[in-house]
Amino acid sequence: MTQVAPKREGLKLIQGRRKVKDAFSSPWASFFAIVIAILWTIPTFGLLVTSFRPKVDIVTTGWWTFFSNPNVTLENYQSVFLQGNNVTPPLSQYIFNSFAITIPAAVFPLTIAVFAAYALAWFEFKGRDFIFFSIFALQVIPLQLTLIPLLQLFARGQFAGIEILPDLGITGTYIPIWIAHTMFGLPLAIFLLHNFLSQIPRELVEAARVDGAGWFMLFRKIIFPLSIPAIASFAIFQFLWVWNDLLVGLTFGGGVREIAPLTIRLAEMVGTRGSGWEVLTAGAFISMIVPLIVFFTLQRYFIRGLLAGSVKG
Amino acid sequence: MTVDNGILTARETGWDIIAPNLTITIFGLLTFAAVIFLLFIIGERSSVKAQEWIKYLVFLVPALLLLGIGLVYPAIRTLFLSFMDARAENFIGFDNYIWAFTKPEILIVLRNTVIWTLAVPLFSTTIGLAIAYFTDRMKRGAWVKSLIFMPMAISFVGASVIWRFVYQYEPNLNKPDIGLMSAIAKAIGIEDPPIWLIEAPMNTFLLIAVMVWIQSGFAMVVLGAAMKNIPDEIVEASMLDGASQWRRFSQITVPMIRSTIVVVVTTVLIGTLKVFDIVRTMTGGNFETNVIANEMFNQAFQQRNYGTGSALAILLFLGVIPIVAYNIRQLRRERTER
Repeated sequence: MTQVAPKREGLKLIQGRRKVKDAFSSPWASFFAIVIAILWTIPTFGLLVTSFRPKVDIVTTGWWTFFSNPNVTLENYQSVFLQGNNVTPPLSQYIFNSFAITIPAAVFPLTIAVFAAYALAWFEFKGRDFIFFSIFALQVIPLQLTLIPLLQLFARGQFAGIEILPDLGITGTYIPIWIAHTMFGLPLAIFLLHNFLSQIPRELVEAARVDGAGWFMLFRKIIFPLSIPAIASFAIFQFLWVWNDLLVGLTFGGGVREIAPLTIRLAEMVGTRGSGWEVLTAGAFISMIVPLIVFFTLQRYFIRGLLAGSVKG
Repeated sequence: MTVDNGILTARETGWDIIAPNLTITIFGLLTFAAVIFLLFIIGERSSVKAQEWIKYLVFLVPALLLLGIGLVYPAIRTLFLSFMDARAENFIGFDNYIWAFTKPEILIVLRNTVIWTLAVPLFSTTIGLAIAYFTDRMKRGAWVKSLIFMPMAISFVGASVIWRFVYQYEPNLNKPDIGLMSAIAKAIGIEDPPIWLIEAPMNTFLLIAVMVWIQSGFAMVVLGAAMKNIPDEIVEASMLDGASQWRRFSQITVPMIRSTIVVVVTTVLIGTLKVFDIVRTMTGGNFETNVIANEMFNQAFQQRNYGTGSALAILLFLGVIPIVAYNIRQLRRERTER
């Protein structure tokens, strides 16, 4: 647009801009969006309200009557959180397990993935593209495809039907779960981090090389510090993924209660006839609280990680 | 330990179990850190020439080994097991696949999986697209998006508990409903609502709704980001031409984010194929709601039949292959364009 543009044209353009904005924030569109948002939230909200109601109220009236007859108690939380019995430990035990599984199962794959991403982005060797595409393709291997052989390997040291290892004695510990999550988390982590690491300016890397930095120092002094935001994004991803996982825990946990995460206990509570809604709602909310905190405080990083993985170009 | 009517208090039981578990966790993390630390010391101290091969050993080989053992080998082994009998002793050809395609229960499982993989991507993407369009540049749209995106943070098991409560059925007609679904049904005049999670085929769609509830937020976030990238000028031009909302949506917005829509559909589709937790927690796969991922787990780890379990896993993978092929082609093309 040149400065000598006729006044009328300029005015038209301004009017156009305003029109664009008005149309975008059409009240109907906003109304629909708000209605859907409320609809989407009601089920979770109902669960939350129920978890604070006394047992008698829960089984005799719908949670929506809470507002005309508010009766609040913390008893449900107290009982699921602290009381266990001879067979099942209290929920606090499972919370510990969830952390003990999730933290290493996020740290291990991230470290190994950032190493591999560095190698694939900056080392020059034959077959590099082939390896990269293969890893990309591995992302879609369903977990189910790997469970039986992996379990045979972990539990009995069997590889291709032959016992190559003695019984490792790791069944019933967190170790198989950590290793499994590490393996399954790698393809996506390598892919995302590679996209990020390959965008580090070539001059920066070459300058460091010229200054005499070896490959290890280059990683420690330049690549790693620069990739911390990307690592953070993926860490949130992996954390939520592992925390919310049921399948890997069920398969590789060996059915041992002492190491089972919250999700397993919650699924078990749903299955047993004895668990009433007062226990289930409180238990479910306890299992959700950590991911929800992570989600609401770090949403921006989470979305960034999500977008890096899905929107290309 | 004090035993009080069989109920032990947490502190006394907890610590006995937690102490060894805590030890192994800290030990695991420290060992890992020590190994990395050591490798870097060795790496940095070695000569330039030695570093040229040590770097592969430290940075690339661990990942390749883990991927090889954890994904490539098991996938091949599972293919092999799918042609063997239950205990992986005798070769039985295609019997496991014939079993899958002839047994009525398994045919229902396959049918349900097809319904899931069609319905979830379709509904999630449509709803996500609509909300993304509605909230694009909406004032205070952030919290609306946050609420719709929130189910993404909740585990499938947690989501299943939430929705089981919504679908809770009260058999006694004289007692008030505690399930929201039944209450709404009665409020709009359905005197005798169905037993939501038991009556097929409706129950499968009620389970699908849970997955749509979770995935719509994902679709909305990714599609919303793509919409932000549409240049203002194009939208303005269409407005000046007097294009209606619907025409602008269908002839500008959708075509311009077409490739992102494809990505969202494929991501949701792959996630849906693998869905396990929702079916397992909501109905246990009963009442004709079972899907491949859950039946695979049953066959392999409850019936202890590695043959049929593997065959089902392979069927699951066959559903993904066309999508993988398509995505790799896309990635290749992008790389050459760059």
